[in-house]
Amino acid sequence: MSKQRVIAETGAGQHGVAAATGAALVGLECEIYMGTEDMKRQALNVFRMRLLGAKVTEVPLGSRTLKDAINEALRDWTTNVRTTHYVLGTVFGPHPFPVMVRDFQSIIGKEAKKQILDVEGRLPDYLIACVGGGSNAIGLFHAFLKQGIKMIGVEAGGKGIETGKHAARFAGGSIGVFQGCKSYLLQDDNGNVLGTHSVSAGLDYASIGPEHPYLRDKGIIQYTYATDDEALAAFELLSKIEGITPALESAHALAEVMKIAPKLSKEEIIVVNLSGRGDKDVQHVARIKGIEL
Amino acid sequence: MISRIEKTFKVLKKRGKNAFIPYIMAGDPSLEGTKDVVLLFEECGADIVEIGVPFTDPLADGPTIQMASERALKAGITLKKVISFVKDLRQSTQIPLVLMTYYNPVFKYGEEKFVRDAKDAGVDGVIIPDLPPDEAKSLISSSRKISLNVIFLLAPTSTPDRIKKVAKASRGFIYYVSVTGITGSTLLLDGSMETLISETRKYTDKPIAVGFGVSTPDEASAISKVSDGVIVGSAIVKRLNEFPDGLKKYIISLREAIK
Repeated sequence: MSKQRVIAETGAGQHGVAAATGAALVGLECEIYMGTEDMKRQALNVFRMRLLGAKVTEVPLGSRTLKDAINEALRDWTTNVRTTHYVLGTVFGPHPFPVMVRDFQSIIGKEAKKQILDVEGRLPDYLIACVGGGSNAIGLFHAFLKQGIKMIGVEAGGKGIETGKHAARFAGGSIGVFQGCKSYLLQDDNGNVLGTHSVSAGLDYASIGPEHPYLRDKGIIQYTYATDDEALAAFELLSKIEGITPALESAHALAEVMKIAPKLSKEEIIVVNLSGRGDKDVQHVARIKGIEL
Repeated sequence: MISRIEKTFKVLKKRGKNAFIPYIMAGDPSLEGTKDVVLLFEECGADIVEIGVPFTDPLADGPTIQMASERALKAGITLKKVISFVKDLRQSTQIPLVLMTYYNPVFKYGEEKFVRDAKDAGVDGVIIPDLPPDEAKSLISSSRKISLNVIFLLAPTSTPDRIKKVAKASRGFIYYVSVTGITGSTLLLDGSMETLISETRKYTDKPIAVGFGVSTPDEASAISKVSDGVIVGSAIVKRLNEFPDGLKKYIISLREAIK
């Protein structure tokens, strides 16, 4: 494409760090858009991106989270399209981004399939992943779509659906057209996009990649949600019993594991996608618990 | 049936004149204020008026219109209210009116109902920057039945195929976006606009109006030499918000520059 510059949006900062790393490796100029709110709660990743030589631009508009960062990245792209490529971080946006990002992410499922066959000699019974825009979930699920495995996507239930402070698009949204694609959207009766809430920046988003509703309608994937409190409990549990600190996003998937595992027999296998590490969330969780680091 | 917009361009063409198309965000800061401004536009010689509908995520807009949108949303303005505002406005003026809205409010309202209600209220055209003609088949078909003009956009990066498609789908006029970028960007007069406009004229004799980034009378004058109409948005919204007393003088200076 002979473009000299890449831009990306980020919520949790994971995609921003990945884009910044890639850009540093091949010597491209890199600018990352991030909502003010997310820069605060994911300060570690902001530091990492800057360390990698990326310019991190604060987006103080709207709800100051992921959706606003995408708006701003799209505005940048419209302006600088001749010199700049937009590295969209999830399975959303105008075509072909949703399928392109899915194909890149599908490495997760391909590797998971190979590994589980190596270790267990059979495919799992359940696949569980958290769903913000939905790229880690599609990435895991895609290699297993035709295998008849139970797949569960876990959205952010925030403070509970009834409070309106959540990012559960299936539980609380309706069909809309937003940022270049048609999917479930948290919106009011006039088609304006509603503010969202989640303890995790990466799930705090008003819409969901359009392939998710498609697979849900076909009965291939089920969707549920976990609240902030359930995710925080899972975050602590995995740290304690396995010595692995998961990202708060992935902790939503773990919360679902905690709900269903006790009901299953010991022979059943659950694969859960730990899509991110929790170092970036330690300060944020400490703040929530009222601990000063 | 010929629309008010098409009629206006026809008359202007006969007189060898360019259309002056000012923009205002509905309900920024109140609908009463918006009515006064539309009537002021008409008094100062505007040919068509573009009325913005506020939206939470105005992707094609720069900071000035984003802020206007936020103020209007705070005032409780919705697409429904803008349509009934137009109905009320029609008691006072017959100037052609074009709504600029994003697609999701129209989708949520229901395309067919929107087209019918807008037309009944006296809206003549609609611009939806996030709806390319490829995705607009149903809207095009329901709006054509009742001559509500759906106006599509071209950009400096549009390819010949895209130009043909937009030229064919657009009604009323073709909206040429003068810059790669968002509303209120800095205009670059480097000759590329002339090239694209003459390229477009190979495929269509529909009027071409230029907008995004036009702010001074000199720019408006330069653009009117190659276009059929000049659209001014952000610069007006900014003045209205910051120095409302100077608005009339500014509108007149634009009108005089557009020939």
